[in-house]
Amino acid sequence: MLLLSIAATSIIGTVIPQNENPAAYFRAYGEFYYKLFDALGIFDMYHSWWFQFLILMLTMNIFVCSIDRLSATWKIVFVKNPSFNLSRFRKLVDKEEFTDNRNSEDLRKIYKPFISRRFRYTRVEPTDKGFCIFAEKWRWTRFGVYTVHLSVIFLLLGSLVGSLFGFEGYVNIPEGETINSIQLRNTDKIQNLDFEIKCEDFNISFYDNGAPKEYRSSLTVIEQGKPVLKKDIIVNDPLRYKGINIFQSSYGKMPSNRPPKKKIMAKDPSEEITINFASKKSGAAYRIKTVIGKPVDIPEEFGKFVIVEYIESAEFMGQNIGAAFVGILTPKDGNPVEVLLPLHFPNFDKMRKGAVVISVAGQKAKEFNPGGNTGQRYYTGLQVTNDPGIWVVYTGFIVMIIGCFITFFMSHQRLCVEVIKSEGKSRIIVTGRANKNKLGMQNRIKIISEKLAKL
Amino acid sequence: MNSSAFLSITTFIYGLAAILYIASWIFKKPFPGKLATWTALVGVAGNTTGIIMRWVESYRLGIGHAPLSNMYESLVFFAWTIVIIYLVLERRYKNAIMGAFATPIAFLAMAYASLSPNISDRIQPLLPALKSNWLIAHVITCFFGYAAFAIAFSISLMYLIKQSDAEGKSKLLVHFPKSRVLDELTHQMVTFGFLFLSIGIITGAVWANSSWGTYWSWDPKETWSLITWFVYATMLHARMMRGWHGKRIAYLSIVGFIAVIFTYFGVNYLPGLHSYAAG
Ligand code: HEM
Repeated sequence: MLLLSIAATSIIGTVIPQNENPAAYFRAYGEFYYKLFDALGIFDMYHSWWFQFLILMLTMNIFVCSIDRLSATWKIVFVKNPSFNLSRFRKLVDKEEFTDNRNSEDLRKIYKPFISRRFRYTRVEPTDKGFCIFAEKWRWTRFGVYTVHLSVIFLLLGSLVGSLFGFEGYVNIPEGETINSIQLRNTDKIQNLDFEIKCEDFNISFYDNGAPKEYRSSLTVIEQGKPVLKKDIIVNDPLRYKGINIFQSSYGKMPSNRPPKKKIMAKDPSEEITINFASKKSGAAYRIKTVIGKPVDIPEEFGKFVIVEYIESAEFMGQNIGAAFVGILTPKDGNPVEVLLPLHFPNFDKMRKGAVVISVAGQKAKEFNPGGNTGQRYYTGLQVTNDPGIWVVYTGFIVMIIGCFITFFMSHQRLCVEVIKSEGKSRIIVTGRANKNKLGMQNRIKIISEKLAKL
Repeated sequence: MNSSAFLSITTFIYGLAAILYIASWIFKKPFPGKLATWTALVGVAGNTTGIIMRWVESYRLGIGHAPLSNMYESLVFFAWTIVIIYLVLERRYKNAIMGAFATPIAFLAMAYASLSPNISDRIQPLLPALKSNWLIAHVITCFFGYAAFAIAFSISLMYLIKQSDAEGKSKLLVHFPKSRVLDELTHQMVTFGFLFLSIGIITGAVWANSSWGTYWSWDPKETWSLITWFVYATMLHARMMRGWHGKRIAYLSIVGFIAVIFTYFGVNYLPGLHSYAAG
């Protein structure tokens, strides 16, 4: 069944981490599987064509099935005079019986209003030995299933609208600065906003044990040079403006009074730096001392390497990776490449998959961090989204809950109270049917019968 | 006495209730069954008190939050919901044998919470993302769903045991509810659980949307709860459309519960947003 195949394939997506760096996958699975998985889109499978296709098939299937059956249900639900088949009620195994001393005419006057109060539709019909009262209610709950299916379609439609017309991105704003565009996630595109966001202030507070308690950014929305909205946002309380939602998502530190990503030279360019070169081919590691700007020859004829600058707060894929050197590697026969050497991550350069892995040896970040903690300021990391489909999705949510409730807990209930004359007394048989929850219906019949007996 | 000690005692009370239920079933005596019901009630009272005490303690520590924020607290709540739902069923269907299958699950959940070295019973402060009323709604509804599935699972086990002795030879099974009733009960519990799981997933999505701006990000826990949801949806369809009954439904209910367990525990071994639950 289709439902199960979606379930089964979703499992793959939970076992294989999604949307990671290709290099990481390559290392984990080797070349063959890497190529295979990549072709199948497994590294981003929830967005792959075949998964989307499965979802589309499912939607079509629900839609077609529901429409198909809806007409039949429609005919059942919208009948003027519901027909009752006495012999079917008589055949039911579970029935409640009792006798009453009054005659059937009296009983009819008592029973009819009692049942009318509990069931929306009642009808009295004479039988060969007396009469019977039919009653029913909640015929419309037969539509419950379609409400549930409709809600699923709402959800899928809403997510489609969201992915077609919405966007999801992020931006880092240093305290005191203003931005008007954001970086989109999973692509390298920039999205312009038709207003500006200024981060007035960022604060972080901690619990006594050092765990973070609250991140708070004071933001101002500026439109055509005028501030139009001010709000402090915290993690579960975003700013919403013109359909765009701005969420607190991360933060970081940067040197004071300098624009983001500005590269700074180390204070003392003559300071000695020790660089590690690890050769993949021979497995050997070499240590060479140098200073910024002074090229070195790499052993084993790998070429030349020179450190060109020091960045105090480097970024990689939108993440702050702290202090780093930038170097240029010029292989013996090849084009020069830029190499980033973060001080905190000695294995960083492995990702490049070059023949030689370069890292900075034995340096502590602090030595290269001239300002220390003083003179730093925060930047706030904001998640910025726009999802025009969200209301469709939320409608789907509500419809689904109501639909499930109707489908599971309400049923089309039919009752038949048959009164048979016998020697001046009356024998009463109470039976009932429901299209769902038959046990519950039996209980209800029992209760109704007990109440009728006491009337 | 602090809440952890209180809850440890509750664990033993549940264990005692489980033993009494089993004894009542095996020795076919109603008295231990009655005693078991009272023991379970005392257990629920202890469990409730423990949860409330923990809540109060968290406020005393100055990090006040509802006690539903980590693995320990959720297991305690899980046990609570199982016993509550079970007791309601017992009252409705006047059959205490189900207790022999349902209360051990509550006992195991509590015992695991109290004794496992991987689960800390310390009251921890809430990370910023977890401060949300949606989170509380999310946890409560999910666990009512899980508890209903746990009970559906134990009733399915009873069904299969009963079916394995179709001629009714075994004396142990004479007081089991009728197969038809067990089958119907499984279905009822699954529908109840399904409604709550749906609401749980939905409140979770709303929570995610208010914290991260996306209601669905395919993180493993989300995906697994969806898988669980699909398993039970398949089961409901098989029953309502194909008219599946009895054994096949019982097997599906067991598969569904395995998916629940994996959603709950297994997912912590996969990377994702919900990894906080491992604390
Ligand atoms: C993701 C969720 C769901 C999907 C993908 C789905 C899919 C489907 C499909 C494709 C059919 C038609 C099959 C056919 O006619 O051959 C169907 C029928 C049906 N579904 Fe669902 N369904 C979903 C949720 C539900 C839920 C939650 C319920 C229970 C309340 C439900 C109850 C039914 C029923 C009773 C039918 C038979 C309809 C009839 O007899 O008129 N479905 N479903």
